[in-house]
Amino acid sequence: MAHTTVEPVPGPDAAPDAVLLKAPEVPAPAAPARRRPPLALLLALAALALLLVAALAPGLLSSASPIETHPAEALTPPGAAHWFGTDQLGRDLFARVLHGARPSLLLGLGATAFAITGGTLLGLAAALGGRWADQILMRLADVLLSLPPILLALLAVTVLGTGSLNVMLAIAIAFVPGYARIVRAETLVVRRSGYVEAAVGLGLPRPLLIVRHVLPNAVGPMLVLATVGFGTALIAAAGLSFLGLGPQPPSPEWGAMLSQGRRFLATAWWVGVFPGAAITATALVVNVLGRRAQARFTRRTDA
Amino acid sequence: MSTGTTGFAEPADTPAPARSSAPRLLRAAARRLLGAAAVLLGAATVAFAALQLVPGDPVTVMLGPGTAATPEVKAAIQEQYGLDRPVPVQYFTYLGHLLTGDLGESYQLQRPVADLIGDQLGPTVQLGAAALGLAVLLALLAAVGTAGRRPALRALSSLAELLAVSSPSYWIGILLLTAFSFQLRVFPVAGDDGFAALVLPAVTLALPVAGMLAQVLREGLETALGKPFVLTARSRGVGSAAVVLRHALRHAAVPVVTLTGWLTGSLLGGAVLVESVFGRPGIGALTLQATTNKDLPLVIGLVLLSALVFVVISALVDLLYLVIDPRLRTD
Repeated sequence: MAHTTVEPVPGPDAAPDAVLLKAPEVPAPAAPARRRPPLALLLALAALALLLVAALAPGLLSSASPIETHPAEALTPPGAAHWFGTDQLGRDLFARVLHGARPSLLLGLGATAFAITGGTLLGLAAALGGRWADQILMRLADVLLSLPPILLALLAVTVLGTGSLNVMLAIAIAFVPGYARIVRAETLVVRRSGYVEAAVGLGLPRPLLIVRHVLPNAVGPMLVLATVGFGTALIAAAGLSFLGLGPQPPSPEWGAMLSQGRRFLATAWWVGVFPGAAITATALVVNVLGRRAQARFTRRTDA
Repeated sequence: MSTGTTGFAEPADTPAPARSSAPRLLRAAARRLLGAAAVLLGAATVAFAALQLVPGDPVTVMLGPGTAATPEVKAAIQEQYGLDRPVPVQYFTYLGHLLTGDLGESYQLQRPVADLIGDQLGPTVQLGAAALGLAVLLALLAAVGTAGRRPALRALSSLAELLAVSSPSYWIGILLLTAFSFQLRVFPVAGDDGFAALVLPAVTLALPVAGMLAQVLREGLETALGKPFVLTARSRGVGSAAVVLRHALRHAAVPVVTLTGWLTGSLLGGAVLVESVFGRPGIGALTLQATTNKDLPLVIGLVLLSALVFVVISALVDLLYLVIDPRLRTD
């Protein structure tokens, strides 16, 4: 029982068996993963560190203000004074992209956190709440999964209104059904496992049983998927703010910056390039790291 | 219910003992239709429920800001659209109208929703079809051309796919616009007239989809190429191109078909962003307009359209499974 109490990622106990079972089958997918890693991984980690610095202390990397306008220097091309050039109001784009890291990452993080929470609760409810709860929740998930995420998010924004918090919630709603399904499936498996039976036999109260034994072992696969999901959420959230539904103007959020820069593309390519590059670079880092986590995880537990 | 994460996981769903095949087929078809109707009903219900939660009074939204209407006028409008009746009545009235093919009338544009959607469908179908065709073509070229050989080329292709998957479509669109419309002046900046105006939006919508498809297809191909039947084919003297095209590709195709189906449904979502970037008219632009205007009937109509597309595509995908994989036919 000791092995199930504090482990947030499930199944190190199950690993040896799984590896033995899996071993003769895997040569093909394992080979490319071994050939590539160090460089891509190091680059991704370095970029992640840079992103975190930009998000936590953008002032360390650029002393220019992201908000102050200098109309005389509007739309200056990239150069020594302004590495990424300036926007239509003469604001330094390099500073704005750096300061944009925090709001943009927060949008994606917030959306992912809401989605994970909602997915966990609904997945547990479906798996443990009896047949009716299961039927209703999973039918609802089927319907929601049949709609494109962006459309679902737009529907949610219509209801909730615009703004950062609402964009997070809207994106989260689009992701919840997928996460709920995974948690439900895992919970159904975990519920039948030996250690849960043992805990029931020992007379552990049900809520405690769920929190201590079922929950930690059922959320692992979802958390691994959520790393890649964070990248998707970030892109989608920036997309909503690109459509003008997110944080409002002076805030240097990447999607909003792209949207405001659109009208000046004819004369100033840089206003459209750099904020988007920041979104892509972030998604790239997240994808590289998330897929490694996923590959390691499936190699360890998939039988 | 299946616990697959794709939403399509029911290809081999009928291992029932083979009685006479005709009733079984009928029953399968009936179940499919019932399932389709359930998804549509569910989508309509979700949209209706969501829009009941919209804060603010639809009549005020309909009249637009700054319009001072007398209470009598407002009451008349409420009555005209049935907004004064209890919510369950509105819901069932709405469902009744749906059964007769009546999607209601847009609050904002004062026109039947079905007409509005019909008007905008053309450009988006063109865009979606072009993007889908291009994406599948690119993915096939990238995966078949690089699966399991020429490590340098393969790595390059993988990198390109990773980039395509990580790039938001709206940014790809902006880059293409900047390069080809503003700098090189090869393609028009905006509009929907003719082939030239379709190229950039289609490429924009296709690239992320192509990246995703190519990744899955290559992985499937490489797994298939490691299987004994490939060795058998090779030992019979089948050339390496023929091995990939005739044997491995068919094996790798099933997950790709599933994914393509799902991605086709999501193109409607992608169209919202791409049509916004390129200023194209279409369903995506209409969706954005409807949501910013809180145009209840129009939003529900669009949600229904999207659910319908999903239902039709998953039926097609299930049929395609049977074409691709004979093992599923004999079940």
